Amino acid sequence: MKSVYDNEMKLEFLSKSNNEAFARITVAAFASQLDPTIEELADIKTAVSEAVTNAIIHGYEDAEGIVKVTARIFANTIEVEISDTGKGIENIDLARKPLYTTKANLERSGMGFTIMESFMDEVQIESVLGLGTKIKMKKMIKKIPLNEEMQELARQYRRQIS
Amino acid sequence: MEVNYEKEKKTLNIEITEEIDHHYADKLRRKIDNEITRYMPRKTIFDFNRVSFMDSAGIGMIIGRYKMMKLIGGDLEIKNANESVNKILEMSGIKKIIKIA
Repeated sequence: MKSVYDNEMKLEFLSKSNNEAFARITVAAFASQLDPTIEELADIKTAVSEAVTNAIIHGYEDAEGIVKVTARIFANTIEVEISDTGKGIENIDLARKPLYTTKANLERSGMGFTIMESFMDEVQIESVLGLGTKIKMKKMIKKIPLNEEMQELARQYRRQIS
Repeated sequence: MEVNYEKEKKTLNIEITEEIDHHYADKLRRKIDNEITRYMPRKTIFDFNRVSFMDSAGIGMIIGRYKMMKLIGGDLEIKNANESVNKILEMSGIKKIIKIA
């Protein structure tokens, strides 16, 4: 069956904190086919890092579980889904609040969701107590539009190489 | 992490050399706290020159060390943060309480 997406990848790993870097670097590598700017790539990396960290320390509370990451590309948009089958979020509105944290003793800043929401274009949170949490985030990679002169240069270049 | 202590200025220079996420922040915090309690500096400076990535775990780590420095009557400064790290510092409001050079 042909996918409605231009590209898609799936990742599953144990909820170990050293996988946080693995997850964000892998998603960033996948996103790079959209030719994002350095800033856009850093935004995606940070948002993924926040969501995966949440799954590990809140979802599974340092017990072992599986974190799933799915990334899809459609036109110039990347969609990243991060899910766990951990304990779920009791109050999503509260969790979204800047500086709110249930783990102040671990020096958590409570900025995770705030960062995801300001670095990505769209963030959806689905959570059921005792069943788990799924975060769905989207970001549009803005292409710099070429002016007339640049378009002509691009046409010439394509003729030359073909 | 690389540490250098300037005795006459009572300044502890800490160059952080890895990406600061939740995983590394836990290790970093223990190491830095060891250095602070060892030297009891007047000032601690975090050099972010080699930090290519930081998420909210870094904010928690910085605020924790800031509180520790205040507790012993000292101060904390941050220098050489790159653009993406700066964006996180800006968002967190840390810039209002900690000097960023």
